[in-house]
Formats: sequence, C-alpha cells, structure tokens
Amino acid sequence: MSRHHTGPRAGAGARTIRWTVLGVAAAAALVPLLAMLDFSTRTPTGGRSGQAWSSLATDPDLSAAILVSLQLALLTAVVVVALLLPTMLLVALRLSWARQPLELVCLLPLAVPAVVVVVGVAPVYAWVVHLLGSSPLNLVFVYAVLALPYAHRALAAGLGGLDLRTLVEAARSLGARWPDVVLKVVLPNLTGAVASTVVLVVAVVLGEFTVASLLGYDTLPVAINLVGKRDAELSVAASLASLVLAFVLLLGLSLLPVGRRRRAAPAAAVLSPTPAAPPGTGAPS
Amino acid sequence: MTALAAGRRTASRSSGRLASEVTAAAGLLPFGALVVLFLLIPLGVVFAGALLDESGRPTLGGLAALGDPVVRSAFARSFELSAITAAVGAVLGAAVATVVAGSSPTSALRRVVVAACGVLSQFAGVPLAFALVATIGLSGVVTQLLGGAGVDLYASGVWLFDTPGLVLAYTCFQVPLMVIVFLPALDGVRPAWREASLTLGGTRWQHFRLVSVPVLAPAFTGALLLLFANALSAYATAAALVSQGSSIVPLQIRRALSSDVLVGQQDLASTLAVGMVLVVAVVMGAQALVQRRTARWLR
Repeated sequence: MSRHHTGPRAGAGARTIRWTVLGVAAAAALVPLLAMLDFSTRTPTGGRSGQAWSSLATDPDLSAAILVSLQLALLTAVVVVALLLPTMLLVALRLSWARQPLELVCLLPLAVPAVVVVVGVAPVYAWVVHLLGSSPLNLVFVYAVLALPYAHRALAAGLGGLDLRTLVEAARSLGARWPDVVLKVVLPNLTGAVASTVVLVVAVVLGEFTVASLLGYDTLPVAINLVGKRDAELSVAASLASLVLAFVLLLGLSLLPVGRRRRAAPAAAVLSPTPAAPPGTGAPS
Repeated sequence: MTALAAGRRTASRSSGRLASEVTAAAGLLPFGALVVLFLLIPLGVVFAGALLDESGRPTLGGLAALGDPVVRSAFARSFELSAITAAVGAVLGAAVATVVAGSSPTSALRRVVVAACGVLSQFAGVPLAFALVATIGLSGVVTQLLGGAGVDLYASGVWLFDTPGLVLAYTCFQVPLMVIVFLPALDGVRPAWREASLTLGGTRWQHFRLVSVPVLAPAFTGALLLLFANALSAYATAAALVSQGSSIVPLQIRRALSSDVLVGQQDLASTLAVGMVLVVAVVMGAQALVQRRTARWLR
C-alpha cells in the first residue's frame, strides 16, 4: 500500500532532480558558447560585425597556423595508422608475448604530463631540426606519440571484434600475399576502427598547445593564444570555431561502428584516460 | 638412426621457427623507433637531467631544488588547485553522469553529452581560456550583463587571471572528465540489483546507501585520483590564462625552459618534471589499485 504511494512520488522527485541537473549542465555549457558568439561579433559602438570571423581566413598569423595545424593533423593520422596498425596485427598474429608490453607503451603517454615530455623531447628536437630543418610539421613525431593511447584503444576495439586469425588463414590459404592480406582483407574489416583513430588523432593534434608552444612552433592553438594579446575578438572567434569543430568530430566518432560482431565500443570508453581495459574485457575476478 | 634424423629435423624446424620469429620481431622496428626516440629517450633525458651532474655522475644536488621555497610553494599550490578541482569535479560530474546513465548508450542525449565532455575535458585547452575571457573576462558578456544589473564581478580585484580563475577554469574540464570516466562504471550497475532491493522491501534511499554507494565507491575514488593527476598535469588552459607569473608547477617549468640562458635552469626544468612524474605515478598507481577493486563488481 505504502509502496503505491511512495513509488510515483519518488519517481516525480527523481524526474525533477534529473531535469534540474540536465538544465544546469546545459546552461553551463551553452552560456559560454553564446557569450563567445556575442563577444566575437560585437562592435565598440554596440552594433554587429562579422569582421572577426572573416579575419579567420585573412589574418596572416592565424590563417597560416590553421593551414599548419590541418596538415599536421592529417600527417599525424597517416603516420599513426601506418605505424600502429601493422604493429598491432603483427603482435596479434605472431608475437603474442609483445601484446602487453605494446599496450603498456601505448598507454604510457597518459601517465606522463605533456609538459614533462617537452622537457625531455627538446634536446631530441635539436637533432630533428638539424636533420630535417625547422618545419612545424616536425611535430608529427611527438604528436604521434601523444595520440597513441587513443589510437591503440580504438584499433584494439576494432581488432577485438574480428576473428583475425581465421580471416588471415583463409586469405593465406587462398594464396593471398601478405600485403594483400593486410590491405584487401583486414583493412576493409577495420574501417570503423581506423576512422575512429583518424578522428581522435585529428582532435588531439588540433587541440595540442603544450608541446607546440614550448618548442616554439606556431600551430593553431599557439596562434590563438598569441593573437589574443592584440585582438581578443579574433581569438574568441577562432576558439569558438575550434571548439565546434572538435565537438562535430567527436559526435561523428560516436556514430562510427567499431568492430563488427560486438556492439560499437562506447565512445566514453575510448575517450576515457583510464589506463585500464574498457569494461567487458577486464580480467575475471 | 630414424630417431636421430627426426631429432635433426625438429632441430632445424625449431631453428627455422626461431629465424622467422626474429624476422617477425624485426617488424616491430619502425614503431619501436618512434617510441624509443620520442617517448623513452625523452623520459631518460628528464631523469638524467635531474639526477646526473655535468660530468654524468649521479647526484642528488638537482633534487635539492625541490626544497627551494618557491618550488615548494608551487607544488603546494598545484596540490591545492588539483585537490579542490578534483573534489568539485568529481561530485558535480558524478551527478551529471548519473542523470545521463539513465538513457540508453545509443540515445542522442548520451552521444551529445559524451562528445561535449570529450571536447571540454581533453581537447579544449586554449579555447577554454578564451571562452572564460569572453564570458566573465573584464569585458566579458556576462560581466557586462551583471554590471548593468549593478553586480561587479571584480569588486575585490581581477581574480580571473590568478588562482581563483584557475580553479574555475580547471573545474570546467574536470567535471566533463568525471562524466567520461564515471559513465562506464554506472553502466556496470545492474538494474536487477535495484529491483532486488525494492522487491525485498527496501526504500530508494536504502538502495542508494547500502548498494549503490558501496558498489560505486571504488570507481568514484579511482576517478577522484585520476582527476587529481589530470589537474596536476594540465598546462594549456593555465598557460593561456596566466601569461605572466608561475604560481603552479607546470608554469614554473615554462619559466625554467624559456629562460634557459641561465646556467642550471634546464636542470631545474628536469627536476620539476621528475617531481611531477613521481607524484603523478604515485597517484596513478593508487588509481590502478582502486581500479582492481572496482572490477570486482562492475564488469
């Protein structure tokens, strides 16, 4: 009897709390976005102007930095996939002893603050500049390392959903050569995982500030910070644009299927910086 | 005779297998080179810079810098900032995660929240600082709206570009990080437990206090530690917000790196970096231990 009374009332209370929390969270996220839009389009006289937004493409510092960051993002994505995917396939098929060390190494950048990496990588970059010249694209190496945790998890989720050994043995016994096995058999089964990896790497590279700024390369976040000292409206416009771009990228990520048999890996698990296996793959207790 | 031949055959087969194993392992070289050159050697450089003197002999002289009052107060302020924002972030983030966990993993609400939290917690950095400037900076939109209503945000001084500003900015990425870290734990809570406690006549409050809290406590503690380590390591937002001064450890590293004309400053950067690595390692180690407890119930 009493349960009949408390049931609906508690439900209504819970619903109120639920909507209050959601409302506050939405306001906390949306008010700054609207403020940025307002800030970047207002004029000193109280009117509206698209000046800051059109300067995104014309301001020499910013447009150069945007170009650098986009090139760097694509280059890093290619390097990460080209180095990590074959390595993970090799380990899965031939070198099972290397499985855990590989995972450990890939997750290590999560435990080392980027500002610490800079301190140690600065002397290495003196050599890189000596050998390759001082292009900002040199950052691809250290960015590939910083993106490893995300890339490894996305690719591992994809590989976990495949019966890799059967697939490869079938292809080999039908006479496929190794390059064909990788490019024509395995890769088409991993498109979702590879696309997730690319999205995550691009997000990491477009947002990275610490290493670029301390090594003295003008990428997009570095330029946003510098421009802010002379033209706050322009920096706010660029900031809003890059936040929206990152949001669109990650929203797209959550729609990508990863792995064929299992349900898509929850985006939260891929994004989480916890250096532990996502739920479902943990060791039995 | 046949046994001998068979033995020889296995021997040659196993040496063939060894050879092919070595060839396979050689395939690890390109990736290994990247990791060694740009992760392991840099870490070695940091430790060498802090623990070796100019002639390459081990010394604890560098570590003496950790006892310097300026450095000590930077660590104290970093700890304080990390502890406050981890606690606030964990509580508020857990509340948001609990609300979102009620919806299915493929719902639009869940996708939008996770994407937004991913952006804010891990890829925002500098844009986050400018979001704060545009909202509650000196000429920010909300500052002006409140000013029109007679409320002066900066009546007691400009706090945004100092420690209170850092607390606010860090909270802006700690709450979303908590949502991302805590959601998988909440997903592990089975509806059957709730049904069981309600069937047995328990109230919602009893279910919360006697089932949810004990089951989720390790995950919550782990997330709290992770948030602490995250705040300690963060650099971009602080660097963009605080252009001068070096109140916290990452900003002290910036100063040590950018004034490397001074003899010994590079070593100061390494020493600070080692101090940071050690603290983060201890916190992450504790987090891993807690994580193991979490796995007992939430799989």
